[in-house]
Amino acid sequence: MTDELPAEVESWIGQERYQEKTEFPIEMGYVYTSCASVENGNPLFWDEKVAQELSGGPIAPPSMISVWFRPHHWAPGRTRQAQPLQVHFDLKEKLDLPEAVMTDNTITFGVPVRPGDSLETCQILRSVSTPKTTKLGSGRFWVIDVVYVNQRGEHVGTESYTGFGYKRGA
Amino acid sequence: MSSEIVNRTTRSIEAGDELPPLAYDVTATTVVLGALATRDWRPMHHDKDFAVNRNGTKDIFLNTPNQAAWFERYLTDWTGPKGRLGKIQFRMKDSVFPGDTMVFRGKVASVETDEAGCGWANLRLTLSVGDNPVTDCLARIALPVSDEDNPWKRSGDQWKP
Repeated sequence: MTDELPAEVESWIGQERYQEKTEFPIEMGYVYTSCASVENGNPLFWDEKVAQELSGGPIAPPSMISVWFRPHHWAPGRTRQAQPLQVHFDLKEKLDLPEAVMTDNTITFGVPVRPGDSLETCQILRSVSTPKTTKLGSGRFWVIDVVYVNQRGEHVGTESYTGFGYKRGA
Repeated sequence: MSSEIVNRTTRSIEAGDELPPLAYDVTATTVVLGALATRDWRPMHHDKDFAVNRNGTKDIFLNTPNQAAWFERYLTDWTGPKGRLGKIQFRMKDSVFPGDTMVFRGKVASVETDEAGCGWANLRLTLSVGDNPVTDCLARIALPVSDEDNPWKRSGDQWKP
């Protein structure tokens, strides 16, 4: 693996890509499923009276921010499986690094997400490291920011992921 | 609000306070439920054969967004429902597998009130399996500065996480 990045990958750094809207309006079903998965009994998410008093109505747990942009596993007319965080998968493909894991995640939260909201997002590649070797294999680290806004243009949050794409035993 | 609900305020905590630990026995269902709840269909979170033979891990493992949900639950168990997460940063150094008992621990690093009057607790959290610290986490969560205050009412210039 050479230190030099392909020109196409270089060109992605700092570029806003994959502007997308949520495939469905925010809904409480997933909120309950998420809370159940971690046994989160916060009454803010289960008790309408508490939600009304504290946040002016139901809201989603802030940590669910990325949930709303993971595409359906299948949809009519879709010929290729849609991927969340497509920049991550583009990097794997262009850098010929078939495996990848996430190592770091930073999320800054803005206005709460509410049932019925429709969100928009874009992905920005911030950096790609020189080749590194870890116990998983040899590859590169990269940092991708994902910015989320609601239908009123209000900042809902920004996520920053560090991923490591690698070849096993290389 | 229901009288039994307790909300911590910045007046009731100080740097050095420790959160009660939370221990949880992870099963394959925990991992798969977390993956589905976060709409994460990638096979390493439900297909052991894929996880072992493609990812080189010993089993399926807890996914990133579900770890965020676990940290949020751990934090708001402590703060009460007025606790409003401002920022969370975590580093996964290892994975959490079925059969593990994961333990969350936390400590208040600092308490402050910003220029908008919003109270904040900055915390250091860990998710460990046995003696192995699997994930380190820094969290910044808004707390009411008084019993009457409510961070969820803040927006615009009044909300600076």
